[in-house]
Order: sequence, then structure tokens, then C-alpha cells
Amino acid sequence: MNRVRTRLMVLHVMVVVMLVALGVRLWQVQVVQGEEFVSAAAETRTRNVVVPAVRGQILDSSGVPLVRNRTALVVSVDRNQALKDPGVLRRLAAVLDRPLGQLEKRIRLCGPGVTRPCWPGSPYQPIPIDEKATTREALAILERQEEFPGVTAEIQAVREYPGGRSGAQMLGYLQPVTQEELERRDGLKAAFSGVDVVGRDGLEAVYDEALRGRPGLRKVQVDRLGKALGVEQQVAPVPGDHLITSIDSRIQRLVEQALKNAMKKAPRADGAAGVVLDPRTGRVLALASAPGYDPAVWTDGISEEEYQRLLSEKTGKPLVSRAINGQFAPGSTFKVSSVAAMLRAGYPLNGRYPCPGAYMVGNRAFHNFRGIGLGTLTLHMALVRSCDTIFYRAAYEEYLRDGGLHPKKPPQERFANTARAFGFGRPTGIDLPGESAGRIPDRAWKKSLWAQTSADSCRRARTGYPEVKSASRAAFLKRLAYENCAEGYLLRPGDAANFSIGQGDVLVTPLQLARAYAALVSDGRLRSPRIGWALVRPDGRLVRRIDPPVVGRLPLTEKERAYIKNALSQVASDGTAAGAFAGFPMDLVRVGGKTGTAEVYGKEDTSWFASFAPTRNPRYVVVVMVSQGGMGGQTAAPAVREIYEGIYGLTGEDPIKPATRLPVIASDGTVRR
Amino acid sequence: MTDRTLMVAPRRSLARLTAQSAMRRLDGVLLVAVGALCVIGTLLVWSSTRTWAPGSTGLVKKHMLNLAVGAVLSSAVAMLDYRHVRIYAPFVYVVTLAGLVLVITPAGTAVNGSHSWIMLGGGFALQPSELAKLGLVLMLATLLAKPAKDGDRPRALDVLLSLLAAGVAIGLVMAQPDMGTALVLAVITVGALVLAGMRKRWILALALTAAGAGAAVWWLELLEPYQVARFAAFLDPSVDPRGVGYNSTQSLIAIGSGGLYGKGLFEGGQTTGRFVPEQHTDFIFTVAGEEFGFVGALAVVILLGVVLLRGLRIARQCGDRFGALVAGTIVCWLAFQIMINVGMTVGIMPITGLPLPFVSYGGTATFANLMAVGVLQAIRMRDRAFN
Repeated sequence: MNRVRTRLMVLHVMVVVMLVALGVRLWQVQVVQGEEFVSAAAETRTRNVVVPAVRGQILDSSGVPLVRNRTALVVSVDRNQALKDPGVLRRLAAVLDRPLGQLEKRIRLCGPGVTRPCWPGSPYQPIPIDEKATTREALAILERQEEFPGVTAEIQAVREYPGGRSGAQMLGYLQPVTQEELERRDGLKAAFSGVDVVGRDGLEAVYDEALRGRPGLRKVQVDRLGKALGVEQQVAPVPGDHLITSIDSRIQRLVEQALKNAMKKAPRADGAAGVVLDPRTGRVLALASAPGYDPAVWTDGISEEEYQRLLSEKTGKPLVSRAINGQFAPGSTFKVSSVAAMLRAGYPLNGRYPCPGAYMVGNRAFHNFRGIGLGTLTLHMALVRSCDTIFYRAAYEEYLRDGGLHPKKPPQERFANTARAFGFGRPTGIDLPGESAGRIPDRAWKKSLWAQTSADSCRRARTGYPEVKSASRAAFLKRLAYENCAEGYLLRPGDAANFSIGQGDVLVTPLQLARAYAALVSDGRLRSPRIGWALVRPDGRLVRRIDPPVVGRLPLTEKERAYIKNALSQVASDGTAAGAFAGFPMDLVRVGGKTGTAEVYGKEDTSWFASFAPTRNPRYVVVVMVSQGGMGGQTAAPAVREIYEGIYGLTGEDPIKPATRLPVIASDGTVRR
Repeated sequence: MTDRTLMVAPRRSLARLTAQSAMRRLDGVLLVAVGALCVIGTLLVWSSTRTWAPGSTGLVKKHMLNLAVGAVLSSAVAMLDYRHVRIYAPFVYVVTLAGLVLVITPAGTAVNGSHSWIMLGGGFALQPSELAKLGLVLMLATLLAKPAKDGDRPRALDVLLSLLAAGVAIGLVMAQPDMGTALVLAVITVGALVLAGMRKRWILALALTAAGAGAAVWWLELLEPYQVARFAAFLDPSVDPRGVGYNSTQSLIAIGSGGLYGKGLFEGGQTTGRFVPEQHTDFIFTVAGEEFGFVGALAVVILLGVVLLRGLRIARQCGDRFGALVAGTIVCWLAFQIMINVGMTVGIMPITGLPLPFVSYGGTATFANLMAVGVLQAIRMRDRAFN
């Protein structure tokens, strides 16, 4: 028994040592390191949840929403959880009644080789996979959270477009924010929310920051499965501002309908654009581009097929707004700039100019339209009847005065510089992203083009075009390549002549043309057009008024402007657009304008009509361009007529009176018109 | 007739007398300590399971029922004359073995990968490996209580029989597989042999054999990958804090965040959030750590210490070899389980699936632990040395 007792004593000592060790360790963990673990616990126990701010609406000038929000039940998946347990997606596919493959595709990260549907946003954000979930589906998910770890079903605001396809390119669209964009934003680095989106195009992109608002932050106590237990701290979100635009949704629809009709009439037309400006303010009343598309496709995770369709040539690239990105030779609509250039070059305003059927520019004859001579004309009639040879001659004379092919002193380049003063060759600065600049083919441009193409031209000058079947065409191309190689950096006389009537290498956008005409028929000031009119808080408080800034002045005196405007005022009644406006009640509304028919090699002509009305104190400048639409008087002018008829209520409908004052938004968010 | 009456009457009164004096000899401190632990355990189980569903009290009610049944069993055992237990011991042992065999047949049910359960229906289940601990204690003490002629060392044959008895039980438990319980059974065996007075060189040989077996298990890769991972995570929990290191990391966070005085009952955010897995069973101590703080956790350790030291006192004061061996071995068993369980929650022991005696939720374990206390009380009350 003694031995047992001795060994029990040893056991006793061991037990005491163990108890002391545990006590010491507890002291160490709880008291010495306690603070450390308290913060570690707070970290694991709380999660920052970003409460998305309601995005502001985009309204038209009378307060009608162009883009608004609708609430939707959105089912989102935590990508990491879904990858960890493949059963989650399988069960989700069953509940949502969708093919598993589709869900799997939608949670892939977009990247090289990964085509849509894929997730273009941050991998740490919950990925929305169903934006049209029913309450029953949402309940099935929420009630069995243990089967759906990382899956949430929340009511979220989703963009809605009451006007359907109307103004789609101008309004733009939203896409999930990328990781880089998220990191650039202040204070939200680690936080995420299900609907962190960013405006990718159009007004949504330009006014993104104002529309977005400031997301709120909720510190939520969560359990191991991420289920919220309670809120520790909350910062309420600040909803985004509403953007009131100067767009009149009725005129916008009118323009779109007119473009559609025009394209139907011109069988080879592959695109069209229409711009309506208020020349007195420089505000945009309508900005349309055809073909269009339904912006709702962006809302529910666009499919690769749809995406490719939007980008493809075959469907006419409906994502591209031809009003600001369509670059076309302006044809005779450009002559307003050329007249100004002539006046600045010293040609008298009241002079008389011969308009022969053809004019020799260097050793090459340049013809009038259909080669018909029009006798001797005033500048007024030259515009009304669209004589070309008067401008060929003036441009050629100016070209020679500048020194021809090899100017000795710096050339004046009056025609090019006047065009610049009319706002061509640079973006108008409208509040839309990615606007095109157009092109003014002057001597400097020729040089830079030659620098880029001479190597290829010179190679072709040697090798010719063996792949071209027609022998004569191949020979022509080879000669052209030789010319371009040898002297492609030179502005040739023909280039100068073509430029004066808006043909050749000159390119303008419909918006550029519209604002040049707006300046011409109003006060001579060139404005940077604006679609945005004001930003207001949801309760109606004005944040900021947006006014089109004056960015230049036309190089014309008031008298000269009045002369040109007067000439243009006769085009629709007696000139090249008379056919299109036959029977139009000019006594009620007198419409002025200028047709344009620009030749495009290998294609149908570009049809233009730049107009304004009423001729006394114009309220509207309307420009329509139909790519491959044929003659200006045939396709574009009738479309413009249709627009005016709609605005002035000439077909029996009520006339449209665009708002002149900002719509008043009451503090409860309703709009008083 | 009178003869018979005369013969019987004194024996009856003697029995009554001994029963009364026995009751008086009940170890009150042990009783209070175990009772306090059971009450604390009930609160902790409640705290850790009340968030499972709104107003969830199902599990804590079941736990209280387990405690009640355990108390009845414990009292019953305490009333027995422990010396008679020597006679029952082989039967108890065989019955528990039968249970162990039954669980690895299709009659058993697996929970968390271990085939350890026999479902009784009505939501009740039996875990024979818990009872096997007590069965083995009694069996080994019975075998080793009879000393060899040369003094108070066990006979070689009895040692071999003991190793055989332990080996069969350990083997069956490992087949479930339940490494934690197998380890406890091994500790019980070593404890019993050492306490019984086995020669030091035998002890050394046993230790070397155990080390050799351990090495063999390691080299032959007999362990499941999760067991190796658990061990690696023990050595450095930061290797994979979301995976195998998750338990120990979360357990430390829960306990550490309790600080000196704790967050108060039901106020532990880590407990409410169910960050620590198996919190009402193996990790129950983390609830004490978080909600009662250092003061409360230390109190639990002290109460457990009181139970162990009272057990040792009973063993030391016991007049016969059998009683001393049983009591001492029970202390070895409980001490080992406490050290592993509390040790793993504070990061000084690897994660092993062992419940904390008297505190953790678990029916069979509660029965076995309380019956072990009953055995201690029985030894205390009936020991001849005190009479």
C-alpha cells in the first residue's frame, strides 16, 4: 500500500502542476493578450456592409423620367463560397430553375478568353445572378441559409428605362464596378455591396459621381455563416442627385421616328443621326442615333451573344451614337464655313460670281452638280442653289495665294482656319464621353498622314496590287500609291477645292454641324452643347445649374451672319430642299437650312440637312444625317420636315412646347410641371 | 427461532448503523464541486445553444435530463458496497466491450465520422466508449489489486492480463475510429499499472513501447490526414486559420476576448455568432472564457482541480489496494481529459475530440463521469480504514 500511496503523491504533484499551468495560460491569454483578442473578435464578428445609395434619376426638361429605378429581388452569390462548395450553385440552379452551366458562367471573372456571360466586377463583391427572382424563390433561399452559404436575396434598385430604346446611346448604361475603380474610390476599399455599379457610357458615365450618391455603411454583427444578428453602427446612405436634362422626350421620340422612317425610305441607309439644339442657349433638345437598342439588356447580366450583337457591323453598331461619333463628309452644308472664309479672304459680300458648269483646278476640271452652269450668282443664290464652282475657284485662288504645293512663307489656310472657328476638327465638349473630333484636312494633316502611310504607299508603288482582280483598277491604285508615296505630304489643288464644298477628306459629326448652325443663326457665339440642365437633390433642392459655355465666336459680322441666314432661309422654299418641303406651311413656320450630299467612295452618298426654324429668331436647329441615304434633299430634308411638323403640330397632333424653365421637384419627390 | 432472531437482529442494526455512518462520511466538498460544475455547465450549454433557433431551449433541457439521470445513477453507485464491485467488474467490462463491438457493426451510427453511437430512439443515443472508460478502470483495478507475494507490486500475469484487457478495448475504440477516447483508455491503463506499483523498468519499457508505437503510427502513416493536419495546426495555428487552424484560432479569440471579467452570460459575441465549432460539447470551455472571463474560467479550473484533489485524497486515505487503485485511476482519467480539453481551447494542446467532464453537453459522458464520482463516494463511504 505504501508504494501505491507514493505513486499517488506523484500523481498529486502532477495534477497540481497541470492546474497551475492551465491557470497561468489562462492569465496569459485572457489578461496579458486580452486586448489583442478583443480586437480580433471584433474583426471576425462584425462585417462592414455598404448600403447602396439610390441612384439619381435622369429626367427630361419637363421632369419626365428618362431613366428611373425599379426595385427588384436580386439573388447574389459570394464567389469564393460558391467555388468552395459546388453544391451551392447546383441547388441554386434548381431553385431558380436555370441551367447550372449558365450560373457557373456568370460567376466566372471576365478576362482574356473569358467571354460573357461573366463577371466584370470585383471578385470580392457578391455577384448578382438573378435580377428577376420571385418572392417564392427568395424565400426558398433565405429559409435554408445552411444550404446556401454566401447566397443572398435582397431588394435592390435596378435601372429602368420608361422610354425603351429612346435615347439609349445618350443615356448610357451601368456596369459592375471593377476592382481598380473600387480602389480608386475613397473610403470604400474593403467594403462592398451587391449593386456597386458605375456609369459606363453616356450621361450615366459623365454624371456618375453626382448620380451615384454616397453609400451608407452598416457595421453588422454576423455569425459564422455570415448571417446578420444585429446592427452595431449605421451611417445612412445619401441618395444621388437627379439629373434634369434639356432633352424633350417627345421631340426625342419624334426625331427617332423620323430617322427610322428615313432609313426605311433609303434602302441602303446603314445609320442615321438627328440633333435638335436650342440655338439661343446651346442646349440639346434631342440627340438621336439609329439603329438603337434597348438599354434594358444591361440590367440582367448581358449575354455574350447580345453583347456581340451590339458591337457587330451587321446590326449597325447600335452602341455607337452617330450624333457624336459618326464622322462624315458634310457636303454642301459645309458651304456656310466656306462663305465665311471667302469673306475673310476679301471676296465682297454683295459681289456677283460666275457659276460655270466646270472650273479648272490646276489641270483637272471640277464640275458643278450634274455639270450644269448657273450663270452669274450672288453669294445668296450660290447658297440657295448650291453652286460648287464659285467655291472651287475661291478655294483654288486662296490655295495659290498661300503658295500652292510649296508655300514659301507660312500659309494662311483661310478655309481650314475658318472651319476651325466654326468648331469643326475638335470635339464640341458636349457632356457625353468619347466624342469624335472630326477632321480638317489641311497641310499639317496631310504631312502627318503621309508620315503614317508613306511606307505602305511606297511599297505598293513598287509591288502594285496583284490581289485586285480588275486590271484597270489595280493600275489606278498603283498610280495612286505612287503619287501618295512621292508627294502624299503635299496639299494638292484638288484637296483644297474639295474641302471648300465639304467633300474629300473633311469629316464632321452631326453635333458639330448643328452647333455651328446654331451659332450662325443666333448670336454668332459658338457654344459647347449641354444635355444636362441641372442637378437637383431628390427633395428638389438645386445643386448645380449646368449652362452651355461659350467657347468661340464665328468670324462673321452680324450683317454677314444675317446675309447668310437670309440666304439659307430660302433653301427650303426655293432651293435644293424645296421638293422636300413642298406644301409645308411656310407662312406658319418658315424653315431655313442647307442640304448636303457627300460622296463616299464605294458607297451611297451621305445625306444631310442642317436646318433652323423659325427663320426669324430661330428656336430650333435640327440636323439630320443619313449614312448612305442618298441626296440631302431626298432623305435628310424630309426627315427634318417630319420633325418640324411634329414639333409645331402640323399633322393634327398637339404642338410641342419644350420647357423653358426647370421643372420643380417637390420635397416629396413629385414633379410639378 | 430465537436463535435466528438473535442472529439476524444485530446484523440488521449493524447494517443500518454502517449505512448511517457511511452517509455521514460522504465527501461533501466533492459533491458541492461536482454540483457547481454541473450548474455552470448547464448555463454554458444554454448560452451556446440558445441561438440555434429563436428561444431554443431543447438542448439545455435535454442536458438537464441527462444530469438528473446521471445523478440517480451516481447515487445508486455510491450506495453500493464498492468491494462487491470487484465481483461485478468483469461483467461490467464485458458488457461495455459488447457495446463497443455493437457500434462498429451496422447497428452503430456515425456522427462526425466516428462510428460511436447507438441510437435509442426518441432523440436519445448511447456512446459506449464513454462507459468503456469506467468499465476499464474497474477491470484493471480488479486485475491489479491482488499484490504479488514479494510485496505491493502486481503479478506479471495480472499485468499481462491488464494489457490484454486494455488492448481489446483500445483496439475496438480505434476501430470507430475515436482516437481521443483511445488515448484516454491508454492513459487509464498506464495510470492503473503505474499506481499499482509496476517496476520502474517495466514502466520504462512500456513508455518505450508506446513511443515506438507512436513513431510507427507516424511513419506508417496510419493517421488520417485530418489528424496530421490538426497536429500541424496545433504547432502553428496560423498555417491555415480558415481551415484546420480555424478551431484553435476561433477558440483562442473567444477565450481571449473575455478578458479579466468576461462579457457576462449570454453576452459573448463570439458565442452568439457561433464562431467556435462544437461549442456546446468539446469547446464548452470557450463559453466560460468569453462570458465569465479569466475569473470565471479560473473558477471552473479550480472546481475541476477540487474534484481531482478530493479524488486523490480518497485514494490516499483508502485502506485497501482495490479502492485506492480505482480512485487513483479515475483521477488519472479525469485529469487527462481536463488537461487535453482545457489545454486545446487555450492553445497548449492539439485539438482532440474530448469533452470537458461535468461541463460539456453529452449524455453518456455525463452518466460515466457522474458514476465515476459515485464510485469515489462509495469508496469514501465504505472504506474499512475509516471504520
